[in-house]
Amino acid sequence: MSVVTLKINDIDVAVEAGTTLLDAAKEAGVRIPTLCHLDGVSDVGACRLCLVQIEGIPKLLPACVTEATEGMNVTTETPELQEYRRMVVEMLFAEGNHVCAVCVANEHCELQDVAIEVGMDHTRFTYRFPEREVDISHPQFGIDHNRCILCTRCVRVCDEIEGAHVWDVSGRGPAAKVITGLNQPWGDVDACTACGKCVDACPTGSIFRKGTTVAEIDRDRGKLDFLVTAREEKKWTR
Amino acid sequence: MDKVKLATVWLAGCSGCHMSFLDLDEWLFEVAKFADIVYSPVGSDLKDYPEDVDVCLVEGAVANEENLELIYTVRERTKLLISFGDCAVTANVPAMRNMLGSTEPVLKRCYLELGDETSQLPHEPGIVPELLDRVRPVHELVSVDLFIPGCPPSAPRIQAAIEPLLKGEKPVMEGREMLKFG
Ligand code: SF4
Ligand code: SF4
Ligand code: FES
Repeated sequence: MSVVTLKINDIDVAVEAGTTLLDAAKEAGVRIPTLCHLDGVSDVGACRLCLVQIEGIPKLLPACVTEATEGMNVTTETPELQEYRRMVVEMLFAEGNHVCAVCVANEHCELQDVAIEVGMDHTRFTYRFPEREVDISHPQFGIDHNRCILCTRCVRVCDEIEGAHVWDVSGRGPAAKVITGLNQPWGDVDACTACGKCVDACPTGSIFRKGTTVAEIDRDRGKLDFLVTAREEKKWTR
Repeated sequence: MDKVKLATVWLAGCSGCHMSFLDLDEWLFEVAKFADIVYSPVGSDLKDYPEDVDVCLVEGAVANEENLELIYTVRERTKLLISFGDCAVTANVPAMRNMLGSTEPVLKRCYLELGDETSQLPHEPGIVPELLDRVRPVHELVSVDLFIPGCPPSAPRIQAAIEPLLKGEKPVMEGREMLKFG
């Protein structure tokens, strides 16, 4: 195994070649806020929350999909990065319909958590109030598109861990949305095994178990990472 | 030191933020030491918003013509305007009607479909304020100096936010205790 050494916020760190900057930062004890990243599945760089500055590279790059290379000098907190992160979160709130007070995920929501982390006290963008659907055709689960931030975590867990590939993304721009099957009601999709991995993966109150009411969601994020480690390293206990 | 002239107003909200303000309990005596309540649905009988207010807590979103008129008056006559609670900050639950596009579906549903046998749409110009087409957070209409999120903000959060203000300082709005929505 070859090793690369780099600096993150002036901390020296050595990681295996091929490691992402996000994992390298973890190694160095540096926290970078994320939303679309989920331990156990591939990264797609969808949310841009993990943007970092790399010396000698004019643009900001997402840490979750950028490989650490020899001699890199990375900075994770600058006024510019903090401002962009806050803008990203503000745009997510203005884009969908987030009414935390009546949301299943209130208190257990990663979007709320990052809003606090980036210091968002209001959004400077005009709320769009889009018309979006709720699909409760599945016997056990529901999806409320009002709260979806298009992180595609559901798409990736279902494809990569469960191997069912029920979820996908359709449309572009404001029309983009996650779909089940061939854009069918979730309850009509035979491929769905009702395993609930998407419920555990969703960072917001978008995918939920039926019967859960305000602030009641209780997710097991670690389960997904555990399943992957179990398969890869044959560690069958948690 | 002159007492701070403190006002609170109630736009489109459930009054929960005001109830939470009353939850300050005995700390309200402290407020009274430093501030005169010059206008408030829970602390004063005045019907007209006075001039030269120092600090105003605004609960609620802007949903009808009365809210709109009042928020412009408040902005004109207030030094420090605070968006108080999620309805003021995000428009929150009152804005859920925005997704229906206009006021018509809401009025029809509430006053005609769910009304009794003499159901009719409310229409009394000058007495019943007309609904605005879109419910909006306060800062989309006037400039706001401080945001206190929360549905409602807890009494400790309110205290932490206004205690410095009563002494002429700015509060630090950071961390879960001060910022979490909902
Ligand atoms: S998904 Fe999160 S941010 Fe959105 S309404 Fe629910 S709790 Fe609030
Ligand atoms: S439903 Fe949840 S997991 Fe899927 S894209 Fe939307 S926010 Fe992400
Ligand atoms: S976590 Fe890197 S782009 Fe979302």
